[in-house]
Amino acid sequence: MATPILSLRQVNKSFGPVHVLKDVNFHAYAGKVTALVGDNGAGKSTLIKCIAGIYTPETGEFLFEGKKVTIAGPRDATALGIEIVYQDLALCDNLDIVHNMFLGREEKSGVTLNESHMESLAKKTLDGLSVRTVKSIRQKVASLSGGQRQTVAIARAVLWNSKVVILDEPTAALGVAQTEQVLKLVRQLADNGLAVIVISHNLNDVFQVADNIAAMYLGTMAAQVEKKSVSPSDVVKLITTGKSEAVSGTTK
Amino acid sequence: MSEQITIEKSLRDWASRVKAGQVGALPAILGLLVLCIAFSSQSSVFLTPGNFANLLTQAAAITVIAMGLVFVLLLGEIDLSAGYAAGVCGAILVIMITEMDYAWYLALPASILIGVVLGAFIGYLVAQLRIPSFVVTLATFLAFQGLLLLLVSEGGTIRIEDPTILAVQNKNLPVTASWIFFALTAGVYVLSGLWKFARRRKAGLVDNLFKFWLIKTAILVSLGCLATLALTVERSNNPDLVSLRGIPFVVPVILVLLVGATFVLSRTSFGLHLYAVGGNAEAARRAGINVKMVRISAFMICSGFAAVAGMIFVSRANSVSPTTGGSSTLLYAVGAAVIGGTSLFGGKGKVSDAILGGLVVAVIDNGMALLGYPAGIKFMVTGGVLLLSASIDAFSRRGATAT
Ligand SMILES: Nc1ncnc2c1ncn2[C@@H]1O[C@H](COP(=O)(O)OP(=O)(O)O)[C@@H](O)[C@H]1O
Ligand SMILES: [Mg+2]
Repeated sequence: MATPILSLRQVNKSFGPVHVLKDVNFHAYAGKVTALVGDNGAGKSTLIKCIAGIYTPETGEFLFEGKKVTIAGPRDATALGIEIVYQDLALCDNLDIVHNMFLGREEKSGVTLNESHMESLAKKTLDGLSVRTVKSIRQKVASLSGGQRQTVAIARAVLWNSKVVILDEPTAALGVAQTEQVLKLVRQLADNGLAVIVISHNLNDVFQVADNIAAMYLGTMAAQVEKKSVSPSDVVKLITTGKSEAVSGTTK
Repeated sequence: MSEQITIEKSLRDWASRVKAGQVGALPAILGLLVLCIAFSSQSSVFLTPGNFANLLTQAAAITVIAMGLVFVLLLGEIDLSAGYAAGVCGAILVIMITEMDYAWYLALPASILIGVVLGAFIGYLVAQLRIPSFVVTLATFLAFQGLLLLLVSEGGTIRIEDPTILAVQNKNLPVTASWIFFALTAGVYVLSGLWKFARRRKAGLVDNLFKFWLIKTAILVSLGCLATLALTVERSNNPDLVSLRGIPFVVPVILVLLVGATFVLSRTSFGLHLYAVGGNAEAARRAGINVKMVRISAFMICSGFAAVAGMIFVSRANSVSPTTGGSSTLLYAVGAAVIGGTSLFGGKGKVSDAILGGLVVAVIDNGMALLGYPAGIKFMVTGGVLLLSASIDAFSRRGATAT
């Protein structure tokens, strides 16, 4: 397999006496979708928060594009080109699509907002994702459907020439058609060359969209494998017991 | 795309926005229209130039407080002490000029600065300690009332004789200057709008709102022209003795505040951040916005506006008293902002809403007084109108999220 764009080695994270991440290894590859699966409380959210710089692990190594890096805060992660789409999306309903995409990082000319520049960039990004579902990018986010909101949140993440995009349960709140649309979008991000990490509970989604599957079990990385080498039942075993006969030679 | 379709489309866009609950200023405009028609049919005085000028000066102070309140309301917060902040700052202005002999151009900035500091104090308690603004400003409401009482001393009033301060509410622009003022305002408004659309077109963005803007601008400019015409007519009962013509000085004062505040809210990052914090504070925080600073700044701006309103109060009354900015002032100001279309839930509103709402409140006050209704009825009607606007607000919020 190619060299990963992002690698975590032997990461440990505790909250007080609770040892949440135990010697976790994890890799994300440019152009690939890596699904992060695991039961509730397995440590998925904690792991991505370490990547995003929200938590700092006690021990462990981060390699980004082959070089050792430290991610001490959210700004470090953003500077490397790592973006997160949170499960609750973190959109402002009362702002339009353009303003949501640029919130906190507005384009300015002098002291004033450069609205037309932001609008063109937002349009280009949305067009690049071949999303044609929104009527106007000046409409308020409140008037969008769940899938459209997810699209806006994803578009915001890829707007910044980001290299790694992490999505936390992107389809959890969506219907069938919208799930399909978002999964297509996830696939496309990877096809555009991004490293995509998707947390998901839905193995159907995982098998439809992922290239690699990383399964966590009680704070350990049970296995990170290529999708084509496993069956859904193998993954279920990994999630529930932490091992599976089918997965011996994992890419740890 | 043909012209016909563009107009139709822009109207349809607008209609769907109204249906989606983004009614904006529409109810206030309709309300103002209905009130004006009703009062002018009942009273022969209501629609005279004299009463019109009177109405503007009556509405001025409350409108300015309401404009400042918009910043706080945008965050979903409230400042109950804005009225007495106006009183305190007005008292400081009068004391500095009358008792300490400072020039107005030193005393006025000083009183505004003190307003801003009061706002910073409130903002700190709300943003840093997360005490609900309702409670903090209820406390400062009492405290400022007490402070005003101490400054002015019970039962007393302090007169102000500074001609510049008095001119704001008692003098008018000369007729020629009034027309120049109108032409300048209209010109800048039209040009800045045209410039915005030209820039967008250059960036390759199509617009279906241009026709809509044209119609709106035509209506606004005609109304402005009509108002200037009415205000430049002689309105003195005894023109030989004293002539009374021109736009009251307070109008350009409010206009400058309006332009400045609208610029900040609609063209700068800070303005966008205010809306963002009001819409979803957590999302704003994750986007890297300094939510605390935004909150504190909003309260500072609100109290700064209140200080300007304090100046307008003392200019109109020629003095400051322990009740300046008291009684129904704050409630009328909140009413003005909400009636104009600012949401009490945060995230939605414009400074121009406050002007529209301020006019509605003043028209009710003025019209009912002309018709001889007692103050009790006036309060009840204004309260009813506020309740109606708040209901429209709550209702349109539901419309906006039901998708
Ligand atoms: N901030 C925290 N403080 C203490 N314990 C935490 C904290 N965040 C997560 N945990 C614990 O860490 C474990 C893993 O949680 P999490 O990463 O959210 O799991 P997942 O996202 O896989 O469901 C859980 O047992 C949870 O209780
Ligand atoms: Mg989780």
